[in-house]
Amino acid sequence: MATALPVRAQVPAAGQATKQHASWSPYDDNGGTVVAVAGDDYCIVAASTRMSTGYSILTRNKSKILRLNPKCVVASAGMQADMETLHKMLHSRHVTYQFNHRRPMSCPATAQLLSNTLYYKRFFPYYTFNLCAGLDDEGRGAVYTYDAIGSYERVGYGCQGSGKELIQPVLDNQLKAASPLVLPQQQWLSSLPLEQAVDLVKGAFVSAGERDIYTGDDVEILIITKDGIRTDSLQLKRD
Amino acid sequence: MAQAGGFSFDLCKRNEFLEARGMKGPGFTKTGTTIAGVIFKDGVVLGADTRSTAGTTVADKNCEKIHYIAPNIYCCGAGTAADTENVTGMVASQLELHRYATGTQSRVITAMTLLKSHLFRYQGHVSAALVLGGVDFRGPHLFTVYPHGSTDSLPFCTMGSGSLNAMAVFEAGYKDDMSKEEAMELVARAIRSGVMNDLGSGSNVDLCIISKEGVEYKRNHEYLQGKTYERQFPQRFAAGSVPVVRERVYDIRKAVTVVEGEPMEMES
Repeated sequence: MATALPVRAQVPAAGQATKQHASWSPYDDNGGTVVAVAGDDYCIVAASTRMSTGYSILTRNKSKILRLNPKCVVASAGMQADMETLHKMLHSRHVTYQFNHRRPMSCPATAQLLSNTLYYKRFFPYYTFNLCAGLDDEGRGAVYTYDAIGSYERVGYGCQGSGKELIQPVLDNQLKAASPLVLPQQQWLSSLPLEQAVDLVKGAFVSAGERDIYTGDDVEILIITKDGIRTDSLQLKRD
Repeated sequence: MAQAGGFSFDLCKRNEFLEARGMKGPGFTKTGTTIAGVIFKDGVVLGADTRSTAGTTVADKNCEKIHYIAPNIYCCGAGTAADTENVTGMVASQLELHRYATGTQSRVITAMTLLKSHLFRYQGHVSAALVLGGVDFRGPHLFTVYPHGSTDSLPFCTMGSGSLNAMAVFEAGYKDDMSKEEAMELVARAIRSGVMNDLGSGSNVDLCIISKEGVEYKRNHEYLQGKTYERQFPQRFAAGSVPVVRERVYDIRKAVTVVEGEPMEMES
């Protein structure tokens, strides 16, 4: 063994080198975090506004939330170009829906549409991590969480994007996600009063901004109630 | 088989084989960093941010990146945290022994030569990118040392992931023979531009001013931004926010009599 040359020193003969794939990728991660919390009669949707690539900030003020109607929004983290395309697509489908049905699309319907739209690109997915949030037909808060290719689930609260690993466990701890396996079945909606839920979301974003380099600058907060959408904002650290 | 001296490369082959099969080696804490230095009228100002990252998460929000080399020499480090700490520590120790042996002040080029020969020997695998500054009997000196062992001697220099941000500030604002205050302000501004615009850099600004008179190590010279929001719930009330309506003090000595007890017999 000792006499053999190390592998590093063996130069491959011409044309014998292993073929390498081109390193170009159609995807980029622009970071950002989105959070949604459903209550008995409200829904909170929040998204950080920093957009970055690698170690640089592209802008400090990019909205990641698409407002389809006063009862339903879609928030997306991941790649900005795909987010823009997806939001444009959902917007146009929503306009067509209104022409055909003479009413805005409900939140559960939008959730199904988003899933279908994502799965349509199963083998060249949109590089986006989405939340669909709003009020359902009974006026209760609704949050749907997705993977990149359209698997989705209705939950009491959700978190996606670069700060997910930091925020999700905090929400789990504070909002007491009862496992669907626990019997008798427990309510999974947050029972927090609106003010306290907003406070929780703000606290979660400030903490994520301390530790995640892609979460910062500002947070755009939408508060959805039966009276419409109210906006709030929060400044984060800009370093 | 008996080994006839020399190095064994068995583990290199094994590791290369495993990596070809898709194994990931252990990760390191990289200090995605902004570090900088300038020479001014009678000394050197070194500056650094205080963020240390592991991938995309912040590992330390207030770390020290300006390392001691000798009483008249300090060194900013960027790259793998363990490498910058150990390589500066090794050189500091060698120079200390050299001072005991010779009884003379350490020279900045000696430190620079020790650093570059160590880094060159490891062919860039010791990933330390350094800004070395100090003052000796020949005057102020400032060097950059690259991980492969090359060095530059410059009147102003930057290193790390925020080096371009900091260099932009230097190119716009550098003058020869600045005063100490001007140099401190320029370096702080260069580091600040790294902190604000480079995601690998953040938190506070450390400065270190070295002149013939001595060293001023200004840890957290600038504290840029604290938390922007405090939780409102659960609600906390300051002491005294509830008025005391009535107070009554009972003297329990009047109600209770204390009787001395006898020690109990213990069985052996």
